[in-house]
Amino acid sequence: MVPTKRPLEFYGDPLPGVETAELQGKLIVIEGPDAVGRTTQISALRTWLEAQGHAVLDSGMARSALAGKGIQQAKEGNTLGPITMTLYYATDFADRLENEIIPALRAGFVVLIDRYIFSIMARAAARNEDRRWIEQVSGFALVPHAVYYLRADVKDLVSRVVVGRGSFDFWESGMDMRFGRDMYESFVRYQSRLIRSLDRMEKRYGFEVIDASKPPDQIFKELQRRIVRLFAAKRRRPKAAA
Amino acid sequence: MSILAPNRYKGKLIIVEGIDGSGKSTQLSLLSHWLRAQGIAVAFSEWNSSPLVRETTRRGKKKQMFTPTTFSLIHATDFADRLERYIIPMLKAGALVCADRYAYTAFARDTVRGVSRRWVRNLYRFAVRPNLAFYFRVPLDVALGRILGGRAEIKYYEAGMDLGLSRNIEESFRLFQGRILEEYESMAAEMGFHVIDATGSIEQQQREMREIVLRELGDSLRSGVLRTREGDDGADKASA
Repeated sequence: MVPTKRPLEFYGDPLPGVETAELQGKLIVIEGPDAVGRTTQISALRTWLEAQGHAVLDSGMARSALAGKGIQQAKEGNTLGPITMTLYYATDFADRLENEIIPALRAGFVVLIDRYIFSIMARAAARNEDRRWIEQVSGFALVPHAVYYLRADVKDLVSRVVVGRGSFDFWESGMDMRFGRDMYESFVRYQSRLIRSLDRMEKRYGFEVIDASKPPDQIFKELQRRIVRLFAAKRRRPKAAA
Repeated sequence: MSILAPNRYKGKLIIVEGIDGSGKSTQLSLLSHWLRAQGIAVAFSEWNSSPLVRETTRRGKKKQMFTPTTFSLIHATDFADRLERYIIPMLKAGALVCADRYAYTAFARDTVRGVSRRWVRNLYRFAVRPNLAFYFRVPLDVALGRILGGRAEIKYYEAGMDLGLSRNIEESFRLFQGRILEEYESMAAEMGFHVIDATGSIEQQQREMREIVLRELGDSLRSGVLRTREGDDGADKASA
């Protein structure tokens, strides 16, 4: 079962100046709502993959050289509108894609991405923006080799926030949209919307769903199993097919 | 056919487009003074001026970090911020909003940079369709003469140096502006631009603009839009 499209195509119009045939590495995406444990998994995966001799790049939202700082500053203010936010994150993603991810794929790296265009799309949808619009804007993204969707219910997220972090974050609670009267209510409604949006993308974008209500070490083992399978599938595929 | 959603608000939106040196900013400034003098509440928004995005754009330009895609996206972000935070609230309040450059600038410029025409048009789909869009048509040499004669230096991205058209910055600017001009010309009819002959005298161009504003928006100016003072029925009496 390979629900994703053939690797290394673009979803929409290709990025100018990118020769996808040159991209030798593996593009792996971890998706999921806030506080689901993506960061923990990515750092464990990185250690494991490097121990196996893979060169690994990890990349996450708002970490671009171009727009990372600007997004952080914009989030500190109180005036970041929903469309502006969507496009700012799309700028950040494009900068990382063109200047970090694609060069790393060219050099044969395994690229682990903590949230891809799907989170940008889910956040836009949760804020009632036009789905088709943001989907087409995101069309310059490469189709990853695999998208692992860490799926949990809101109650799991709530307990992780309360126990793990000790407080609700303004943006993770969608407080810019005031989905509820306080941080807790807004968090629950906003994260439910995000989860619904991600659920709806599962088939269309070939997400592999991983039950993230389980303990982290079990999630890690599940990810390992799937990545081993993904790499094996690559070796079996005859080169002439390309 | 326009791809932008029509303006449903009480206020009106007037925008100007044209290549560098077409004189559009001068004309829009004259028009906005005239409108203010009629007692109309005028708001003004300029391309690439959002404080939220300024630092990022500055960093990208200074270090020459932009690709065609990120250049396009950061300008769309800038535009979105101005639209969400300023233009739409002003239109809702009933102001007459004057914008110096609009989404069409991106349609022309980003396409020349190599992003797909379809993609960049979709990118700006959230924009409000202007009630009036003026396009200042000017031959390339006239515009270049105004720019190259009057300004100290042309900047890297303004000259389209990132496209690698020429190593000489003036030559690059010439080629880049020429291509943008072609893009403007090819969309003028489709986008419903009111074309102003920008080789005419400043006074002549302004007269034409005012006539078009009165013809197309006269009724709204008399009653629809927000006014800074009452009563004076100046908009239609004003002579250009």
